[in-house]
Amino acid sequence: MKLPQKKSLLLVWGMLAAAALLPVLSSNDYYLGLGINLSQYVLMATAWAVFSGPTRYVSLASVAFYGIGAYAVAVVGDALPLPVVFLIAVAAGSLLALLVGLATLRLSGTYFVIFTFGLAELVRQLFTWYEVNITKTVGRYIFLEVTPRQIYWELLALLALLFALSWWIQRSRLGLALRVIGEDEMVARHIGIDVTRSKLVLFVVSSAFITLTGAIMAPRWTYIDPAISFNAVISFQVVIMALLGGAGSLFGPVAGAIPLSLLFEFLSARFPNHFSILLGAAFMVIVYFVPNGVAAALSAWWRRRGKAAA
Amino acid sequence: MQLIVELLLFGLTLGGLYAMVAMGLTLQYGVARIMHLAYGEWLIAAAFGAYAAFTYWQVNPLITLALSLPVGFAVNWLVYQVLLSPLVRRTQAGPALEVDSLLATFGLLFVVQGVMVVLFGGSYHSYNFAAEAVNIGGALIARNRLIMFGLTVLAGLSIYLFLSRTRAGAAVRAVATAPGNAPLVGIDVRKVSAITFAVGGALVAAGGVLASMFLTFSASMGVIFTMKALIVIIMGGVGNMLGAVVAGLLLGMAETLVARLVDPGLTLAVNYLLFLSVLLWRPAGLFGRPVR
Repeated sequence: MKLPQKKSLLLVWGMLAAAALLPVLSSNDYYLGLGINLSQYVLMATAWAVFSGPTRYVSLASVAFYGIGAYAVAVVGDALPLPVVFLIAVAAGSLLALLVGLATLRLSGTYFVIFTFGLAELVRQLFTWYEVNITKTVGRYIFLEVTPRQIYWELLALLALLFALSWWIQRSRLGLALRVIGEDEMVARHIGIDVTRSKLVLFVVSSAFITLTGAIMAPRWTYIDPAISFNAVISFQVVIMALLGGAGSLFGPVAGAIPLSLLFEFLSARFPNHFSILLGAAFMVIVYFVPNGVAAALSAWWRRRGKAAA
Repeated sequence: MQLIVELLLFGLTLGGLYAMVAMGLTLQYGVARIMHLAYGEWLIAAAFGAYAAFTYWQVNPLITLALSLPVGFAVNWLVYQVLLSPLVRRTQAGPALEVDSLLATFGLLFVVQGVMVVLFGGSYHSYNFAAEAVNIGGALIARNRLIMFGLTVLAGLSIYLFLSRTRAGAAVRAVATAPGNAPLVGIDVRKVSAITFAVGGALVAAGGVLASMFLTFSASMGVIFTMKALIVIIMGGVGNMLGAVVAGLLLGMAETLVARLVDPGLTLAVNYLLFLSVLLWRPAGLFGRPVR
């Protein structure tokens, strides 16, 4: 894993600032909606890579956390002020991540993947069961006085926080420990790193951010039910975007999320019935042809070019 | 008393199906070392095949069953040769193979599922075949379940005999236990892997046809079957046939009990509960030997 250089840090902060100014300059609702969609995927792909990048534990359960965030808002959103609701969402998401992590992160990566593979489906079934049997409703409405602009800014603020936090983690002892774990877990154990604890901390942080994304996005949905908010396609898109960009670097997922969310937006509008086929095909192309992500491919190309010139 | 017999019969028959489907996956994962996340999609594809053949052309599902074996074998052989062998070559069958094959088959899952949604829509399907009740010890059970159970036992026995009594079976076991050493005694690991992977595909296709005779299914249900098969093979110990059978029956029993006595909406929760307790209690599975 490479540490981001000063130049790229400045570039990203500049981009964030420019993105934050957009709704002030233009009042076009279509672009604002596009901006919200882009930033939610950038956010989730980056949060996913915070854990899965250095540890190489592939999590297929992003939507379980996203949906829990959305549901937290749907259930207590009317009764409590928004910051408290967000705190409750984060607490719920972190608790689930902690339980999953404690059960699986001691073991080999395969168990973790398998567990997360069905986790969203399990949470969806449990929510459906609860709604049908206890509350006797299927869906819930979310009427909150939150403007799209506000959602957009909340997402960007969260993204800035995530960048700052993961930059800090990479510089800390924890970040160093994670890089060793990613390279060779056995070595990490032997030099005295508490492997399970490091992985657990990162998994909880990553999941908390994804949960919060779901909570921020909830007012945009207006209506949610378990099938909508635990839709496996979301997890899938997050993994694809992070992998395309390269989960190994801090800003790789950004490079993957922006073009792919635009592409998916176009595909889902143009070919709604064949969307899943195209998505799966795009995923396979990425796994076969850019296994380490665009960022790594580009820098390898750059290095080769430099060598050829010299 | 009648309830107990009924629960036993339903649990055993459902468990038989799970055991058979899990045996296919344990062949693919334990021998060919491919974590095949699109596995359940082939089950649903075969179920849709049987459904279409029965409702449009009145073909007896038992005929479809006989056809599903070679078709499932061929499709999975192709999947291995075209999609997975480049990954095997790239990773030199090392630890990266597991992640890569997992991601590639995750993509495949969405492609196959998408094709089925386009062809059959997202709703639930079922048909009536041999659904008349048979009285066993006071409990009523549909005949199709009994047919299914008999066939899964037959499939399990033949796989067991093949692995334990034939030369080819010994080669498969060699690749499963020591893929690095198998070439030393003249075993073509790549070829054995491809064929074992395909046999797993034949098993899951047959499982799909059998499942379609008594279950309602939809295009998006493949994930659940993959999940269950994974849980069963981990519970039984990866690569362990007997383990897969015992764990499959256990899962079928547990699901039937909960669905009947508590709530059918909680079956997946039972799966997870069993999975969790195995992970916490015996991570190597009920019959597996701990590694390291």
